[in-house]
Amino acid sequence: MRPTDFTLAGAIAALGEGALSAEELTRAHVDAMEALNPRLNAFITTTPEQALEAARASDARRARGDGGPLEGIPLAIKDLFCTEGVRTTAGSKILAGFVPPYESTVTSRLKRDGAVFLGKANLDEFAMGSSNLTSAHGGVLNPWSRRNDPEARLVPGGSSGGSAAAVAARLALGATGTDTGGSIRQPAAFCGIAGIKPTYGRCSRFGIVAFASSLDQAGPFARTVEDCAILLRSMAGHDPRDSTSAERPVPDFAAACGRSVKGLRVGVPKEYRLDGTPPEIERLWRRGLEWLREAGAEIVDISLPHTKYALPTYYIVAPAEASSNLARYDGVRFGLRVAERDSDLRDLYERTREAGFGAEVRRRIMIGTYVLSAGYYDAYYLKAQKVRALIARDFRQAWEKVDAIVTPATPSAAFAEGENTDDPIKMYLNDVFTVTANLAGLPGLAVPAGLDPQGLPLGLQVIGRPFDEETVFAVGAAIERAAGFAALPAIRAGVPG
Amino acid sequence: MSLDTATVRRVAALARIRLEEEEVARIQGELNGILGWIEQLQAVDTEGVEPMAGGTPEGIAAMPMRDDVVTDGGIAEKVLANAPDREGAYFGVPKVVE
Repeated sequence: MRPTDFTLAGAIAALGEGALSAEELTRAHVDAMEALNPRLNAFITTTPEQALEAARASDARRARGDGGPLEGIPLAIKDLFCTEGVRTTAGSKILAGFVPPYESTVTSRLKRDGAVFLGKANLDEFAMGSSNLTSAHGGVLNPWSRRNDPEARLVPGGSSGGSAAAVAARLALGATGTDTGGSIRQPAAFCGIAGIKPTYGRCSRFGIVAFASSLDQAGPFARTVEDCAILLRSMAGHDPRDSTSAERPVPDFAAACGRSVKGLRVGVPKEYRLDGTPPEIERLWRRGLEWLREAGAEIVDISLPHTKYALPTYYIVAPAEASSNLARYDGVRFGLRVAERDSDLRDLYERTREAGFGAEVRRRIMIGTYVLSAGYYDAYYLKAQKVRALIARDFRQAWEKVDAIVTPATPSAAFAEGENTDDPIKMYLNDVFTVTANLAGLPGLAVPAGLDPQGLPLGLQVIGRPFDEETVFAVGAAIERAAGFAALPAIRAGVPG
Repeated sequence: MSLDTATVRRVAALARIRLEEEEVARIQGELNGILGWIEQLQAVDTEGVEPMAGGTPEGIAAMPMRDDVVTDGGIAEKVLANAPDREGAYFGVPKVVE
């Protein structure tokens, strides 16, 4: 078996049995990364030497009888997580030259548990996008291609597009992502892998470049639901350095993947049946519910009446928070500075921010600035916060009737570069099924469940109660078992290009 | 509500983003497209609804308070290490006061 074909759980077992060393496992992934990253552009920064050194240190720990739960497992890290001594770009020019003097809590926990970092994965600039095309470091190629149009360059989704592409193409066994409106679940669905955004507060946000602080959550990508569960256990947990991180014990999420769904009530929200959804997505959704029924779950029709207001609410709340968070990029303390000889301080700010931010980021900062400005705050921002409360209330009422909710993950399969770019709102609609979980702070998992007629992966989403990722994993794993998703992307480690 | 060009310039100035004159019309169109789309929220009845200000699912956790004590410090070199310009232990900026 090629080391890059292991699942993460399989690799942990193989390392434990001594079937291969961490160095061999990392070497195979480094080789795959060096062979395929020039095509995929999944990594902005690769750190092969550090990875091999960390793998050797892992082998030494194992030989001494030490070792964490992720001992020797090679991962990709979204380039939104600060990594001590390794440049962190957030996919933006404005962080040019920034080398964090500290490590994010999530990545420090992964390291504590023995993980090996291969490099920093590409993303939409400041995690703002659904295609990875807003990255200042260029787009990422989705390793999957259309059957009847194999030359079309498909996007991996976004914002965590590099993380998803790296895992799908077998350059990494797993990856970190962040999800503010769908940035883990949409790229996971587009790339045929699993990814979970946990409950708001489950993972510390300390050391993650902030986009919209009341919506941002870190989460893992992997090729199986169980692998995501293993990673999340290491990533999660209370952190005094993030006041919104929850003081709750972290359960054994992987154990929950084996739980039966018998007797669980699974909700189907009628508002997620949208006009214009491709028939294959409707079919996949029905099939997913049928699988769960066969496994003993009860399917219950529910209503989430404010669903259609979720995206417009998001596009007030997220830009408002972003305009505030991104005020720190001023050309003074870190990153890019652009100034003329006679620039005063204000001109320095304005030139730096014009040159450093891409078009989508500038657009969102301006929308956010406007909705927070005097005279418009109540009409836009306060109104959006109230509608957000109604969206959260819809879910609270649903939890009286159901234990989990199943929906499609995305309204389409991966699209090609150049599609959906003529109008910003068209791109925003990609998150129509995912953004509600961010607004309500709920866990949401994307699981690959089938293929469209073009041979592209499609995913289903499982949403759960606050801090009940265990039920989400149980339902997701049941879908995964029934789907038997075994299709592989055209571009992957070990396949001659 | 539709933004005129003066408002677009004012918003850019508030956001400290330089705006080239030839970009104003395009950005005005994009912002008005987005604002027109989010206008639909006005149709929602929010009478008596408490705004949801944070991301924590309501009723799950209250924000904790921590002791008001110094928890780090003495890392000026680390803080300044990424500065585009510095003078000794200070960030360097253009002259602010004549």
